[in-house]
Amino acid sequence: MEKLISRALGGDHRSIARLISLVESESPQAEHIMRRIYPHSGKAHIIGLTGSPGAGKSTLADKVIAAFKGLGKTIGVIAVDPSSPFTGGAILGDRLRMQQHAVDPDVFIRSMGTRGSLGGLSRSTQEAALILDACGKDVVIIETVGVGQSEIDIVKIADTVGLILVPGMGDDIQIMKAGIMEIADVFIVNKADRDGADRVSTEVNMMLDLLGMRPWRPPVLKTIAERGEGVAEVVSEIVRHHDFLDVSEEGRKRKWRRLGMEVEEILRREIASLVELAWEREKSPELFEFLAERKTNPYEVAERILGKILTGPGE
Amino acid sequence: MSERKVRVIVAKPGLDGHDRGAKVVARALRDAGMEVIYTGLRQTPEQIVQAAVQEDADAIGISILSGAHEYYFGRIIELLKERKASDILVFGGGVIPEEDVPKLQAMGAGAIFGPGTSTSVCIDWLKAAVRDKWAKENA
Repeated sequence: MEKLISRALGGDHRSIARLISLVESESPQAEHIMRRIYPHSGKAHIIGLTGSPGAGKSTLADKVIAAFKGLGKTIGVIAVDPSSPFTGGAILGDRLRMQQHAVDPDVFIRSMGTRGSLGGLSRSTQEAALILDACGKDVVIIETVGVGQSEIDIVKIADTVGLILVPGMGDDIQIMKAGIMEIADVFIVNKADRDGADRVSTEVNMMLDLLGMRPWRPPVLKTIAERGEGVAEVVSEIVRHHDFLDVSEEGRKRKWRRLGMEVEEILRREIASLVELAWEREKSPELFEFLAERKTNPYEVAERILGKILTGPGE
Repeated sequence: MSERKVRVIVAKPGLDGHDRGAKVVARALRDAGMEVIYTGLRQTPEQIVQAAVQEDADAIGISILSGAHEYYFGRIIELLKERKASDILVFGGGVIPEEDVPKLQAMGAGAIFGPGTSTSVCIDWLKAAVRDKWAKENA
């Protein structure tokens, strides 16, 4: 295991890939891996690309990879696609549009299935991003699943979030709805050769103006990702946002908030597994009979279990 | 611990542009609970092998209708050896004459499925082969 970790930290693709799999399948070694990896992470610029299905996330990601390559950067990509809720299987097809970079040793692309997560990412996306970061990638691009209005987990992980919109996907009330629009640092109106692109960008700009003065005013950019038009501006705004985070109070606040969320996430997992264990022990046919006959209620049962957890195991 | 998922690359090397078969297989593997990384048309052996390494795939499934199966299977298996990734299984299908199958298997191909094979035959083979691969990893 130590050999595998040090080879991965040295940049070996096979070892990096294996570490991600071990963490993704929640192997017993996962925690050890993350403890060893963590001190080496924290250097990469983590960029989230999100937007509705078919907005052009993969195509844009492909061009953004090329642009960062042009700046001499090494790049990690995590592309998340939905897993089937019925079979657990998945077709991971984002890579299809990025395959031109497959043989580039500076680019590492990994596809992940959501495996039951609902926030637009999978449970291990953050760990995978930390692994790529620790293993020497300057930039880590995370492409979320095609999202609707509230899949905003990406904001917990990314330094910079790019939201990709396309003309003809809804009116200004859609844009004003809470959620996804509030998390973006850079707005990208893709397929800008289509009718309505100007309207979308005007509406986004108006919405942003309504939010009033903020230390970072998200830019609204137009692209035709397929032809690479506008991509250079997108990358330069993403870089500018990163520079802004580096020097601003806002950047520090965000970083601390994210670190806090990392701790909370681990706490939540640990507590969830304690609760699950205690509940498994408590379950019995009698208990369910009691509940069904209303001789007790779920609140009392929960209180009793919680009491046992808090006073420690073994009674 | 959540269960480990079988991860399979489905790729279409070479210049022929017919990927219906590859898509049918990809879909069937997904429905069998596997994660299928679909790399699309006109892939070079280098692209396919690099994708398999980065994705930590258990197997590469290739579909060839062009008649160039000997070259592509040979090259992919050779590249896997170079990358010390020979544990990744290689299987395939398409239009491959039966008399060529032993040759491909001698090179290291795991299984070749001819036209008309039921997808369940392919799935059963793959599940068993991956089970053996994992057993070796854990040994």
